[in-house]
Amino acid sequence: MTNNSAKEQYQILLQEYIETKDEKYLYRAEKLSKSLLRDHTLPEEIVHLHNEALAKIDPTLSQEVKDSMAFLLETMISYGLAHQEFQTLRDEQIMLKSEISVAASMQETLLATEKPEIEGLDIGVISVPAHQMNGDYHHFIKANDGSLGVGIADVVGKGVPAALCMSMIKYSIDSLPELSMSPKAILSNLNRVVERNVDASMFITMFYAQYMPKDCTLQFASAGHEPGLHYHHDGDYFTEITTKGMVLGVLPEGKYEEDQVVIESGDMVVFLTDGVTECRKDGRFLEMNEVLDVIKMFKHLPAQEQVNEVFKYFERLQGFQLRDDFTLIILKKDV
Amino acid sequence: MNLTIDTEQEHDRTVLFLSGELDIYTAPNLKEKLVPLVEQKDAMVEIDMDEVNYMDSTGIGVFIHALKTAKQSGSKMKLTNLQEKTMRLFEITGLDEVLDINSSIRGGN
Repeated sequence: MTNNSAKEQYQILLQEYIETKDEKYLYRAEKLSKSLLRDHTLPEEIVHLHNEALAKIDPTLSQEVKDSMAFLLETMISYGLAHQEFQTLRDEQIMLKSEISVAASMQETLLATEKPEIEGLDIGVISVPAHQMNGDYHHFIKANDGSLGVGIADVVGKGVPAALCMSMIKYSIDSLPELSMSPKAILSNLNRVVERNVDASMFITMFYAQYMPKDCTLQFASAGHEPGLHYHHDGDYFTEITTKGMVLGVLPEGKYEEDQVVIESGDMVVFLTDGVTECRKDGRFLEMNEVLDVIKMFKHLPAQEQVNEVFKYFERLQGFQLRDDFTLIILKKDV
Repeated sequence: MNLTIDTEQEHDRTVLFLSGELDIYTAPNLKEKLVPLVEQKDAMVEIDMDEVNYMDSTGIGVFIHALKTAKQSGSKMKLTNLQEKTMRLFEITGLDEVLDINSSIRGGN
């Protein structure tokens, strides 16, 4: 709504400009229009202002000009409506953004998993979403027999649908009987849940491992997930650990294989999602051995500091722009 | 980087020639083209992946969707000429076991 001072100001500026043609009045008119915009003045109201100002400056104004001004005013009305719509959308967008950020922090709380204390094992984990909500998921379970269960999963797609899907995975795992669940049994159970509940083009990759401190073995099964990595302290080399298995959500009856390795003193086991292996540097993807070199570069550090440093390194490499959710877990067996 | 999809009709089958990157931005285009094709009963659809130099998991999702659709409608879908990196993704995800993929792969760049 235009107030009197704006009206007067407009008239003065217009009059000065007509008389002097000085550009400084154009500049002041621009400033005035910005303040009118802030007050939600509609375009047709500006035409009205102009009309009144013109009539004051020149009382002999011809009827044609007056009529043409009324005509212009009518024509501007739809612009005014479009502008109001834009304002509403902007307000709604601000509201949506804040709702998503509430959902994101709720997700963080819902999916939070505690890093357990396991004798002789140093655990490091980092999970960073590319956008507000995380489509990666990881889970630690310390069972009564002292074993450690580690799950890492990646939902295809990003954002809200992926995040909702993750909550389903978490509550399915939680509802499985804790003991005597082998990695392959866990995967085939989850597969059934996911297959029944997700959209046709959605799927989840998951790696599940169980570490037995008693005999230092790691049992694992994969549902189409990036292979894990086993670093051998003795010999200073990595081997891939994986099993052949279909991603979750494709077939109603998924069969999963299981394998195991022995973890020696000073060894390290790495679980990751493709946000790590698909890091880009100068427009090309990093080769796997380059990823391994970075992990090795920080292996002298405690596990948590190591994953933090690896993340910082990749973040820097990509100009601080994550393209995908990034999750990295490292288990290190004490020397 | 974009994805172009050229369609050719060869006798009783439709061949889609894909070229470019198949990712979260371009996957919806492929889904729009591919799913209606495999929805037709007894259709034969071949997807030539020779010129696909990048594919992410969203691309895999489209093929899973098409596979489930084809199973219901009784149509057939086949993937050919995959680059090594693309093939690896099908192997990791276990989908090479359920999808008809021409095994003569060639090296990528």
